[in-house]
Amino acid sequence: MGLFDRLKQRLGKTRSAIGDGLSALFRGGRPMDEQLLDELEEMLYGSDLGPLATDLVDDLKRRFKRGELKTEDDLRATLRERLVGELGEAGEITLTAKPHVVLVVGVNGSGKTTTIAKLARRFREQGHSVLIGACDTFRAAAADQLEVWAERTGAAIVRKTEGADPAAVAFDTVDRAARENFDVVLVDTAGRLHTQTNLMAELEKIRRVIAKRLDGAPHSVLLVLDGTNGQNAIAQAKLFTASVEVTGLAVTKLDGTARGGAVFAIRREIGLPVQYIGTGERAELLEAFEPGAFADAILSSAGSSETAR
Amino acid sequence: MLDGLTAKLGGALGLFKGQRELTDANIEEGLAAVRQALLEADVHFKVARDFVESVRTRALGAGRIQDKSVSASDQFVHAVHRELVELMGPEDAKLVFASNGPTVILMAGLQGAGKTTTCAKLAKHLVTKLGKRPLLVAADIKRPAAVEQLRVLGRQLDLPVYHEDGLEPPVLCERGLKEAIRTGRDVVILDTAGRLHVDDELMEELAAIAKRTKPHNQVLVVDAMTGQDAVRSAESFHRKLALTGVVLTKLDGDARGGAALSLKAVTGRPILFAGVGEKIDDLDAFSAERMAGRILGMGDVVGLVETAQAKIDEGEAQAQFEKMVMGTFTIEDMLAQLRMIQNLGPMKKVLGMMPGMGDALKNVDMDDKHIKRIEALCTSMTVKERLQPDLLDMSRRRRIARGAGQDVADVNALLKSYKGMKQMMKQMNKMGLGAAMGGKAKRQALAGMSPTGELSGDFGGPGLMGRLGGAAKGLGGAAKGLGSLVGLGGGGGLPEGFDPSMLGGGGGAGGSGGARRPQPARDKSKEKAKRKQKQKNRKKR
Repeated sequence: MGLFDRLKQRLGKTRSAIGDGLSALFRGGRPMDEQLLDELEEMLYGSDLGPLATDLVDDLKRRFKRGELKTEDDLRATLRERLVGELGEAGEITLTAKPHVVLVVGVNGSGKTTTIAKLARRFREQGHSVLIGACDTFRAAAADQLEVWAERTGAAIVRKTEGADPAAVAFDTVDRAARENFDVVLVDTAGRLHTQTNLMAELEKIRRVIAKRLDGAPHSVLLVLDGTNGQNAIAQAKLFTASVEVTGLAVTKLDGTARGGAVFAIRREIGLPVQYIGTGERAELLEAFEPGAFADAILSSAGSSETAR
Repeated sequence: MLDGLTAKLGGALGLFKGQRELTDANIEEGLAAVRQALLEADVHFKVARDFVESVRTRALGAGRIQDKSVSASDQFVHAVHRELVELMGPEDAKLVFASNGPTVILMAGLQGAGKTTTCAKLAKHLVTKLGKRPLLVAADIKRPAAVEQLRVLGRQLDLPVYHEDGLEPPVLCERGLKEAIRTGRDVVILDTAGRLHVDDELMEELAAIAKRTKPHNQVLVVDAMTGQDAVRSAESFHRKLALTGVVLTKLDGDARGGAALSLKAVTGRPILFAGVGEKIDDLDAFSAERMAGRILGMGDVVGLVETAQAKIDEGEAQAQFEKMVMGTFTIEDMLAQLRMIQNLGPMKKVLGMMPGMGDALKNVDMDDKHIKRIEALCTSMTVKERLQPDLLDMSRRRRIARGAGQDVADVNALLKSYKGMKQMMKQMNKMGLGAAMGGKAKRQALAGMSPTGELSGDFGGPGLMGRLGGAAKGLGGAAKGLGSLVGLGGGGGLPEGFDPSMLGGGGGAGGSGGARRPQPARDKSKEKAKRKQKQKNRKKR
């Protein structure tokens, strides 16, 4: 089953109940006009697209005036094309070194640990050996949670006691991976709000320590974004990038009705690609990102917000 | 991106300039700006639309201020602010406690909203503030180690945590309640698994838990960073559970928290608490006024004044302020000011409360250590040097640097900043700030606190200004000085060539060795244009 099908299926309950918003706009044979496009703009805001919604609709209005947009299909196709264009190339993490170190960062509750579990499973299925570093030594029982996942996915894990220096755990993890010839290292970190200076400094230290042990590492820095977050996701991406040079995004919780529309602005402003999307609690529910499918999901769910109230 | 309504309104309010009355015509642009700001703060678009309409009604209708001397822009801002505060109230929302038997509090929410952490914070709050004896029930059997997490938190709080393996959550919760009765606990907090509102099975489970335990409080825990989805998830939870209240978490970040407005509009239920940090103590009572300011990007004026009133010696503040405007400002005064502000609490928190500062702070690295470093430099000077900074020749500077364990460049940066501040005081004096302590001066002093310039002074509207009263006067002065000292006073009126960032936290001039982290590049030309615009605005006034 493809990504879109799954997303669609998961969104299905909402969608079937309230129908497709874009279609709803044209209900009763309503012709396209500026008023309709204004309503579309609001719908796009409903997908957390933020100010990009206004940009897109301004562009649509121009095209409409030039007579390029006439039917619902025109509109849908143009919008999709623009959205896909905004997202750029897809591409999950490709292993460039052995061990290939992936540092996973994000705010509290964004789904880092679950994403690591899913990544571990993914790499394990591809036949790679995986070592997980449990560097979240702050949250109670975070390492326990990870250990359960490691067991389930057949990955090895390095952990220390709660309150241990996370950089030390990171060092030991990379050290062991290098010595024991692991293919992939996934370094989990404690959730931290991007505005917390001390914690961001701690993250930089983790990065430094990893680089010290292994030249060129971390090879990937994955920022995990909560798909239900709104415009604040952009601030998160900016500050995490400034601090640890994020290379890609994983967007989680996309099985809700929220759609992570903020990633468009993140792509546009910071140039960060979305690499993975998470669609559920179970370990197999992590997909490589596909711009087309994502745009489709955004478009179909944009409508669901229209009739939400 | 999120410039805040304060900045947004700048242009729109220009339209009202010189106009006494709000009219159907001139209000449009203002309303559009409000709507845009709300959307960017993640307020749900339908809620934003309704909100704008009620502002229109209030500003043009009977709800307006019945005072001819109030300008159109004040009228407008007042209407926005009051509408927002009213929408988000009431503030005195409390948990409901059972008249006999244990009070049951059911906590629900999406994954990662912060339920488990909030459970612990709430338990602590109940123990310390209300003298309750809570029992925590770990009913999240979905997430690996969630039970263990609550147990660890329970140990930290020295509170019992109930859990039995192998039980379905509804049964588990019911047994938890029995356990509480048996052991004489008077509150039961049920920590449930995170669930998506579209997950029927888990939503049913939640309903089953509610049916078996008959909670007195059914609380939804929501991440303040939530976007447009807040409305739909809250709606679903509300339908299933009949919520009694909401807790907003992660408010210590820079999210504008528009979700709060959406939640209130959709559920009609009060926001009970705000989660504001990593520690178990970090749970605040919710304030509609503060949240309104936050969403609008106004800062927490009321909170700042409350804190200031509690901590700042009024007479001292007044004396400082007068010194500043009279131009007899010395390093001794600067030091006193610094200490006064330090009494208020962590810098970031204090500055975050100032109008217009919220957004500015987002990209600023505010470090209390930095203030300590400045203090160290000041205290390495003799009193005579502090009173007569002109004495500071190279030799003295070297001695001071050595004494403070810093570089001469740091001393130079401090002096440069001091001179800049002094220069600025003079200019303020010329502008008539020192002449009168009347309303106008107060307002300007307040405006001075904000890097976004004069607008914030307008913002409170007459009502707010009245409440600010005397405290704002002293505080305005103190904050102005401090703002520039720590590199935040980038507002209008700074003399050319004065670079507040010389002492800016994190910016670290001249090898100060301060924490130096990459900061988003600031668009200089843009800033310059902004500054020019501000000067222009000021002239118009």
